[in-house]
Amino acid sequence: MPAIERIEVTQSVTSLFLPELGHFALCLALSLTVLQAVVPMLGVVTGRVLWSELARPAAIGQFSFLLIAYLILTWCFIVSDFSVSYVAHNSNTQLPLAYRISAVWGAHEGSLLLWVLMLASWTMAVAFFSKSLPRDLTATVLSVMGMVSIGFLLFMLLTSNPFDRQFPVPAEGRDLNPLLQDPGLIIHPPMLYMGYVGFSVAFAFAIAALIGGRLDTAWARWTRPWTTSAWMFLTLGIMLGSWWAYHELGWGGWWFWDPVENASFMPWLVGTALVHSLAVTEKRGIFKSWTVLLAITAFSMSLLGTFLVRSGVLVSVHAFATDPERGVFILGFFAIVVGGSLGLYAWRAPRFRASGKAGFFSREGFLLLNNIFLVVAAAAVFVGTLYPLLADAMSLGKLSVGPPYFNTVFVPLTLPLVLLVGCAAALNWKRGRVDTLWQRLRWVALLALAAGLAMPWLMLGKTTFLVIAAVSMAFWAMFSASEEIIRRGSRRGWLKIPAAIWGMSLAHFGLGIFVIGVTLVSAYSAENDVRLAPGESAELSGFEFRFEGITQYAGPNYDSTVGKVTVSRGNKALAVLEPEKRIYRAMGNAMTEAGVLPRLHRDLYVSLGEPLSGQAWSLRLYYRPFMRFVWLGALLMALGGFLAMFDRRYRKPGKLDSGIERHAVAESDV
Amino acid sequence: MTPRRRRMLFIGCLLLGLAAATALMLKAFEQNLLYFYSPSQVMAGEAPEGQRFRLGGLVKYGSVKRAEDSLDVQFVLADCEDSLPVTYRGILPDLFREGQGIVAYGQLSTGQNGRLFVADEVLAKHDENYMSPEVAESLKKPDGASCMPPGMLNAGNREN
Repeated sequence: MPAIERIEVTQSVTSLFLPELGHFALCLALSLTVLQAVVPMLGVVTGRVLWSELARPAAIGQFSFLLIAYLILTWCFIVSDFSVSYVAHNSNTQLPLAYRISAVWGAHEGSLLLWVLMLASWTMAVAFFSKSLPRDLTATVLSVMGMVSIGFLLFMLLTSNPFDRQFPVPAEGRDLNPLLQDPGLIIHPPMLYMGYVGFSVAFAFAIAALIGGRLDTAWARWTRPWTTSAWMFLTLGIMLGSWWAYHELGWGGWWFWDPVENASFMPWLVGTALVHSLAVTEKRGIFKSWTVLLAITAFSMSLLGTFLVRSGVLVSVHAFATDPERGVFILGFFAIVVGGSLGLYAWRAPRFRASGKAGFFSREGFLLLNNIFLVVAAAAVFVGTLYPLLADAMSLGKLSVGPPYFNTVFVPLTLPLVLLVGCAAALNWKRGRVDTLWQRLRWVALLALAAGLAMPWLMLGKTTFLVIAAVSMAFWAMFSASEEIIRRGSRRGWLKIPAAIWGMSLAHFGLGIFVIGVTLVSAYSAENDVRLAPGESAELSGFEFRFEGITQYAGPNYDSTVGKVTVSRGNKALAVLEPEKRIYRAMGNAMTEAGVLPRLHRDLYVSLGEPLSGQAWSLRLYYRPFMRFVWLGALLMALGGFLAMFDRRYRKPGKLDSGIERHAVAESDV
Repeated sequence: MTPRRRRMLFIGCLLLGLAAATALMLKAFEQNLLYFYSPSQVMAGEAPEGQRFRLGGLVKYGSVKRAEDSLDVQFVLADCEDSLPVTYRGILPDLFREGQGIVAYGQLSTGQNGRLFVADEVLAKHDENYMSPEVAESLKKPDGASCMPPGMLNAGNREN
C-alpha cells in the first residue's frame, strides 16, 4: 500500500508543475525564435559575422524547448493528467497506450504543437546540412524560417495553448475522436505536416534569394533536395489519408474531393510544379522568377490548408475547430506571409536575369507546359474549394461544389500531363528534335497503345474511348520511364545510373501505375447496398457474398459487432470477411471498420450498415478492380522522390567548378 | 515563318487553349453548384424543382420508418418552423439518429401528398456533438436564439 500511495503523491506533484513547465518551455522557445528571426538578419544587413552565426544555436535551442514541451504533453496523455483541458477533451483512461501517444496530435492544439515541432526539426536540419552554403544565405534562410515559427508559436500561445488547465479536475476524460483511433491515422497527420512544413524550406530559400538577389544554378541545387523531400512527405501523407478513408469511412471511396482533402492536394500540385521548374532553373538558368513564385505559392497553399482545416470555416467532416478568434489570427498571419512575400517578389524579382534561352520544342518547353497544366489544375481545385466560402461571405447563398465538377475538370487537365511525362527523358534540353524523339520512342508508343487496347479487353467489361486513352497514356509513361533506365543501364552499366535518374523514372512509372488504378477503379467498380438476413446471400460481379450472422466482442475501449461474410466464386470459397461496427464507450460514438479482401488486381469490400428488422442487416458490397494500384502508384512516386534526394551532386554543393562535379551534372541530366 | 510570327502563333494558341479550358471549367462549375436549403425554405417554395440541392435539418423524433423487405427508409426533417418528409434508399451513416442534425442530397418531387424530398445521399457528422454550421445556422430563430432540442444547445460551436 505505501508504494501505491507514494506513486499517487509523486503523480499529483508532477501533475501540479509539469504542464506549467511545458507552457514555460513554449515561451522560451518563442523567445529563442524571435532571436533566430531578428539577429541573423541584422547580421546579414550590417555584415556582422557573429550575429549571422547566431542562427544555428538559436535554431537548436528552439528545437530543444519545443521537444521538451512536446514530450511533456505526451507524458500528460500517458498518465491521463486531466487537469490539462486538452488531455481531458481528447483522451480517457480506457484509451490504449498507442492511441494516447498519438492523441497528442488528435485535435487542434496538439496538432499545432506537432506542426511547430516539425518546423523546428526542418530548421535544425537546414542548420546542420548547410555548412557548405554561403554564410549569408544560411543566416537569411534560418531567419525566415524563424519568422514563420514566430507566427505559429504566437498563434498557439495566444489562442490555443495545449497546456491550458481546468479546475476542478474531471475524474474521467472524454475521448479521442474514434475516427482517429486507427493505425493509418497515427502516421497520416505527421506525414502530411512534414510535407506542409517542408515547403517552408523552399519558401525560405526563395525569400533569401529575393533578399540577397542571388538566384543561380547553385541556389537551385541547394533548394532541390529540400523541396523534393517535402514533396515526398506530402505524397505519402495524402496517400495514407486516402487509404485510411477507404478502410475507415465505410463508403468504399478513396478520394471524395472533400475540402480538407483539396486543402492538401493544392500544395501538392503546386509543389509538383515547383519540383519540375527547379530542374529547369538548375539546368538551364531560366524560369527563375517563376520558380520563386511557385515556392511562395506552394508554402502559401500549405498555410491555406492549415487555415481551411483549423479555422472550421469549411463544411467538412474533418474540420474540428470552430472559433472565430483563431480564424481571424490565421487569416491575418496568412495575409502577412502572402502579402509580404508577394510584395518582396514584385520589388526584387525583376532583377533576376535568365542566363539561357528557351526554344519551345525542348525539355524546358515541355516542362513549362507541365507547369501550366499543374498550376491550372491547382487553380481549378482552388476555385471549387473556396468559391462556396466566398459566396457565403458575400451572402450569395449557401452552396457547395459537387465532386462531378472536379472530375470533369481534372481529367482533361491531367491526361495531357501523362502524355508529356512520356517525353521527359527522351527530349533534349535547349533544342529537341522530332525525328530523334520519334526514333527513340516509336516502339514505346506502339507497345503502350497495344497494352492500352488489351487491358480493358482483359477486364471483360464494355469499354470507352476514354478508358483506352487513359490506360494507353499510363503505359506510355511507364514504358518510356523503363526505356530510359534500360538504355542507360545497358550502355554504361546499371550501377552508373545516377540516383536522380532512378528517382525520376520511378516516379514517372508510379504515375503510370496510379493512372491505371484510377481509370480502372472508376470505370469498372461495382457496388450494391443489400439487405441480408443470416444465411442469405447476394451476388456482385460474379462473386457471391453470404451473410453468416453477427457476433459481439468487447475491445479495450469499445464494444464491437462483427459481421461474418463468406465470399466465394463458383463453388470455391475465397475468404471470410469480418466488417465491424464499433461503439466507443466513452462518448457512444459509432464507427465502421470495413472488411476487405485485398488483391493486386481487385479488392472485395464489405461494410456493415445497420440492423434492420428481424436478424437482417444492411450491408454495402463493393468490387473495386485495381484499387491497390492507386496507392502503389503514389508510393512509387514518393520512393522516386526519396531516391532523387540522394543524387551525388547534392552531396557536394557549391563546388561547381571542379571537373568531377561537372561530370556528375552532365551524367545525371535531370 | 519568322521567329516573331511563330512566337505570336504560339501565344495565340496558348491563349485559345486557356480560354477553352476556362469556359469548360465554368460550365462544369455551374452545373455542379449545390445550394443549401432548410425545410421551411423548401416548404415556402424557395427551392428549385428538378435540380439537385442539399437539405439540412433535424431528424424528427419518431419519424423514421423502415421498409420490411428493402433498404427504403422514410423520415421527416424539421427546423424551427416547418418540416418535410424525406425518402432514401440505402444505408444511413453511423451517426444518423432521431434528433440529430443531418444533411441530405437529392431532389424535390411534388406528388399528391405534397412535397417530398428524394435523397440520394445522407450525411451525418462523425462526432455526436458537432453539427454542420449550415444546419446550426438554419435552426436559429429570427432573434438569434436556437430552437434545437435541449441537450444540443451548444452543439454548433464545440471547443475543439
